[in-house]
Parts: sequence; structure tokens; C-alpha cells
Amino acid sequence: MTDVRRRLAVSMLVFGSLAFLAIIGAPLLGTTPIRLARVFDRTIPFADNVDAQIFFIARLPRALAGALVGATLAAAGVVFQALLRNPLATPFTLGVSAGAALGAMLAITMRLHLSLWGVSAVTAASFAGSLCAVGIVYAMARARHRGFSTNILLLAGVTLNSFFSALILFVQYLADSAEALRTMRWLMGDLDIAGYVPLLAALPLCIVAFVAFAWLPRALNLLSLDTDAAASRGVDVLRVQRVAFFSASMATGAAVSLGGPIGFIGIIIPHLVRLMVGADHRIVLPASALLGAAFLVAADVVARTAMSPVELPVGIITALIGGPFFLWLLVRQR
Amino acid sequence: MKTGARGWGLGARDSGLGIRDSGLEIRDSGLGIRDSGLGIRDSGLGIRDSGLGIRDSGLGIRDSGLGIHLTAVALALVLLMSAQTAQRVVVARGLSCPERALLCSASRREPPGGRTARSGHVPQRIISLVPSATEMLFAMGAGRRVVAVSSYDHYPPEVERLPRVGALVDPDVERILSLRPDLVIAYASQTDFLAQLERARIPVYLYRHGSLADITVGMRDLGTRLGLAEQASAAAAEIDRGLMDIRTRLAGKRRPRTMLVIGREPQSLRAINVSGGYGFLHDLLNLAGGENVFGDVERESMMVATETILARAPEVIIELHYSDRASPDEAAREREAWNLLPAVPAVKSGRVYLLYGGELVVPGPRVVLTAQAFARALHPDVLPR
Repeated sequence: MTDVRRRLAVSMLVFGSLAFLAIIGAPLLGTTPIRLARVFDRTIPFADNVDAQIFFIARLPRALAGALVGATLAAAGVVFQALLRNPLATPFTLGVSAGAALGAMLAITMRLHLSLWGVSAVTAASFAGSLCAVGIVYAMARARHRGFSTNILLLAGVTLNSFFSALILFVQYLADSAEALRTMRWLMGDLDIAGYVPLLAALPLCIVAFVAFAWLPRALNLLSLDTDAAASRGVDVLRVQRVAFFSASMATGAAVSLGGPIGFIGIIIPHLVRLMVGADHRIVLPASALLGAAFLVAADVVARTAMSPVELPVGIITALIGGPFFLWLLVRQR
Repeated sequence: MKTGARGWGLGARDSGLGIRDSGLEIRDSGLGIRDSGLGIRDSGLGIRDSGLGIRDSGLGIRDSGLGIHLTAVALALVLLMSAQTAQRVVVARGLSCPERALLCSASRREPPGGRTARSGHVPQRIISLVPSATEMLFAMGAGRRVVAVSSYDHYPPEVERLPRVGALVDPDVERILSLRPDLVIAYASQTDFLAQLERARIPVYLYRHGSLADITVGMRDLGTRLGLAEQASAAAAEIDRGLMDIRTRLAGKRRPRTMLVIGREPQSLRAINVSGGYGFLHDLLNLAGGENVFGDVERESMMVATETILARAPEVIIELHYSDRASPDEAAREREAWNLLPAVPAVKSGRVYLLYGGELVVPGPRVVLTAQAFARALHPDVLPR
């Protein structure tokens, strides 16, 4: 136990510092030179202070959104991999992101110009879409079993994923060109949220999910080996599965509606962390969240500087870094 | 009235967005559909031991969590395959916009197919899949020879009565053949479709252009092909006169640094797409007395971050809403979204203009209207709004 505590403390320190450095460093980096003294100069009115606006409107919300989305997707990845007992599970495996994407596509193509409490229709619709997907998958998993069949869960999720993808293509095909372009841009992921309102909307859901995640690790350790063994050791399997499923799904829905379906984080980061700290979920889960945050914030810095003034979608960066890295990881494993 | 909520009541839904963007999109939607690739693996291929490949995938918690090996190699393969499938789908989607292919290249040529079947014959039954070409046909007085148009055509009003035969990605070949055209105006990128037309011995006219200057050149060329060289030349000259008039009136005026926004997420400053320094919209902005703040970027359209907008500090922002229609209220609300960036000079001085109308992005005879709208926004003292 003391050993676990020590390892937890060390990994929190290391990964926490990484995340902290990324969040602090990202707003300082960019193609436009800004002077910190001017950023925090209260004598210049904010409306006239370009440096402060670049720092507080253009860069800081992006860094924070990147941290939130990265942490959420990485942690949700860990939870889904344990829940489904499948190392290839991602936060998107059960159709949450496809549902969110479909919601966003519909909002874009139907040209919903409403906004709810400052949250745009696209964001709201994508979150609603993810809820729909979660509801359908859960209903399926419960329908034929008294318990909570992870096999059915996986099958239903995977099928729903394909079905929603087909619907997305259908909606895109019917959309006119300008909207089709916007839907595609949405699918690439974008953290330039320009302001804090979208962030504040996603934050409560993510906090609730992380509270649930904090309760999960011990049970996940047992669950990821064998449900029967877990039950025999006093784990309320059904309850753990349900909490894991709903918390991870909600968090994913919130993250995707904030930043779009940014790929690879939910699978790369957990595996990378396991390579470094072992497989104990008590360490893997928080460490993944921190490394996920650091990674996505860093990837977003690349996205906004690499081809400046052209903005690269961050999902492309995570895929370009993530894909080869993952393959390298596989080769190294041998 | 600064909102500039104008509507000419024209609904041509074309976009002048850059073809070069699609490179990005293609890769991306590989991402978007990535999970269904996973899905295929999980449910169908049964890479692992059990039939459906999911029964016991074993997180392998003891051997440092990577119980993957072969499965993941196979996954990588499937990912690759599904990415390619997605790519094919999306290449098609990316080009769905009719004007896009039209804008993609600066050259325009008479196709070999155009001369094969009935050389010397003057086309009498024309099908146009290119909205700007349709407008040119009507402008040069060949409107009565047009027997069908693309699904994106909405101008002139006469086309609303004509049959629609698909567009760039979905030309309705059967319908087109049944209409017995003696000339089809199509995009050079429609290779399969063009091959079908060639087999059916239907002459085609390939239309593509990129810059403002190419519009009148293309119009004259099309006129020659139709035996209407004089009429086409006259219509082209009228466009040239209209444009020249604007240019002359603005001669010597200071050119405000301008950002031309082609699209963004409604009611927020996300996914902002602007005109780069290439293409007819950039040319129109130039002609209308504006200095494109992204004129140095050799792209037709590009995504920019809010930081870049703050850094480039445009004095005027012109925003095109070519597929939307809005009440003055809605337009005002859209315009308010920019207040998030008060340090941008255009926002500070209230010089954010929203222009509505389908003609804004059709590189056809109505570019004069677009140029006038730009000029009115940029130089209200010379051309009162």
C-alpha cells in the first residue's frame, strides 16, 4: 500500500508538472509576439490591449479547453478499456462521439442559429446527440440481460457507431457545399473556442465524471481481470459497470461537444502511461488524465503555429503524432 | 445601417471555397470515421480468438497493459483501409460544391471531346452543370437553348422551371442522356461522367477558372463555342465596364486593410474561414479598394485562429452569407459575435459588414454586384450604401 502511495505521489508529481508546464507555457507561445508586461498592464483598457486579448481570449481558453478535453478523453479511455476489457477500446468506441457528431451535423445543416446561455446550437446539439447514443447503447445492454452485458454493450456501440457514421455521410451528402465544409471542419476537432462560455458549460459534467472516476480505480482493477472474481471479492459489479459507463460517456460527450472528436488521445495516452507506471488503475487513471491534458495542449500549440497564419485542425496533429507513435509502441513491445 | 443585411433574393448556393482545403478535410474525415473502422474490426473480421473478436480481449493488466500484439497490427491495417474508404467518400464530398472545381485552376481549355462528335455544329440543347456558366449562357442570350441545369442553379429565375440533373458529385447520367443534349458543360474533375458522355458521343465543354480576369475570358470562349461570339463579347464587355467603373471611382483612395470572411460557426467566433490571396473573391476585394490582410497567403480559403485575427488587425471585416437569409435582427446578432474581439480595429470602429446573397460567390456575370457590395462597404463615401 505504501508502495502504491509512493508511486502515485511520484507519478502525480511528474505528470502533474508536465500538465502544469503545458498549460502555463501554451499561452506564452504563438506566432504573434506579445509582451507579458503589457498583458497584465491594468492601465491599458482591455478593449484596446491587443496583447491581453491575444493572451486571455485567443490563447488561454484554448489551453484550458485542451487540458480539459485531453484529460477527459484520456481518462475516459482508461475507464472504457477496463470496463469493456478490451485494450483497443477508446472513448469513441461506444458511439458517443458519432452521436455527438450527428447532432452537430444536424445543427449545422439545419442552420440552427439559436444559442442557449451563450452555448452555440452546434455545441448543444452535439451534446444532445451524445446523450442519445449513450441512452440507446445502455438500453441495448440492459434489454436482453438482467445484468449489464459488456459484450452487448460493445456490439451495440460498434453498430451504432457505423450506423451514425452512415447517417452523418447521408446528412453531409444532402447538405449544401458550405455546410458540408463546416461539418467536415467540425469533425477535425477545434479548440479555438474564443472565450470561456463553452468551457464553463462543459466543466460541470467533466467534474462530476472525474468524481466518479476517483471512486472507480480499485473496482476497475478487479473488474478488468474477471467479473466473477471481482464479484467474489465484494465488488458490486453491476453498479461499478453502470457508474463507469455513464461517467465516462457523459465526460466524452461533454469533451466532444467542446472540442470535436479529437482522435487517438483516448487510446495512446492510457497505453503510454501503462508502459511507464504499470497497470494499477489507481495510478493509471489520474496519470492518464494529466498526460492527456499535457499532450493535447501541446498538440494544439503545434496546430496553431505550424502553418500560421493558416490554422491546422488539432485532430490532424494528434493523429499525425499519435498514429506513428502507437505503431512504434507496438514494435517496441516485441 | 452598418449591418448590411442585404438580400438580392438570389439563392444560388455555391461556395467559393478553396479546393486546397480539401486536402485537410480528406485526412480528417479519416479521423472522423476512424471509429467505424474499429467497429468493422470488432464486429466482422474476428481477428482475435473468438468469433466476434470481443469476448475476451484481455486487457493484459499484468504485462504492463499492452496485450495487443497481432490484434493491433491488424487494427492498424484496418484503420488504414477504412481511412482510405473514408477518403474516397470524402474526396467526393469535398468537391460537392459546384463552384469549387470551377475555382480550382486558372486554366481553361477546349476539351478534345468537344470537337469529336459534331464539329462545326452549333449546340442547340445545352445542359449546364456549372452555375456560373448557366448565368453566362443567359447573359449572352443563349438561355433558350438551356434544357437542364445543375441542382445548385438558382439564377436567373428562368432556371427554376428547368429540369435538375444533379451536380458535381451526382450527375444524373440517365436523365442527362434522355434529354438528348448536344452540349454538356461540366467540370474537368468529373472524369467518370465525362467518359460516359464520350461513349454516348455527347460533346462536352469543360469549364474551369480561378481568377476574376478568367471570368470574361471564359465567357467569350464559351460564346465562340456557341456561335454567339458577338453577344458574349458584348456581355463580357459590360462586366468589364462595370468593374472598371468601380476601379476608376476608387482610384487613389486609401485601401483599408480588410478581412473577407467566407464562413464561420453562427453566433460564435469558431471555425473562421477567410479568403486568402488567391481566387476571384480576393481579386474582387482588391478591385473594390480593399487590402486583403491575408493577401500574402497563396490560398483561396483558409481557417484562421482568433489570435491571427487580433494580430493582423483588419480595419474592415466583410462577411459573406451566401447560403443564409437573415432578418435584420438576426444579422445584428451575428454581427455582435465579433464584439468578443474588441481590439480588432474593424470591431472597434463598427466596420463589420455582413453581406447576404447567393451571387456573392458565383464567379459569373454578377461579379459586378459583388464588387459593388464590397466597394460600398469599404468606401461608403464614394459609393453610398
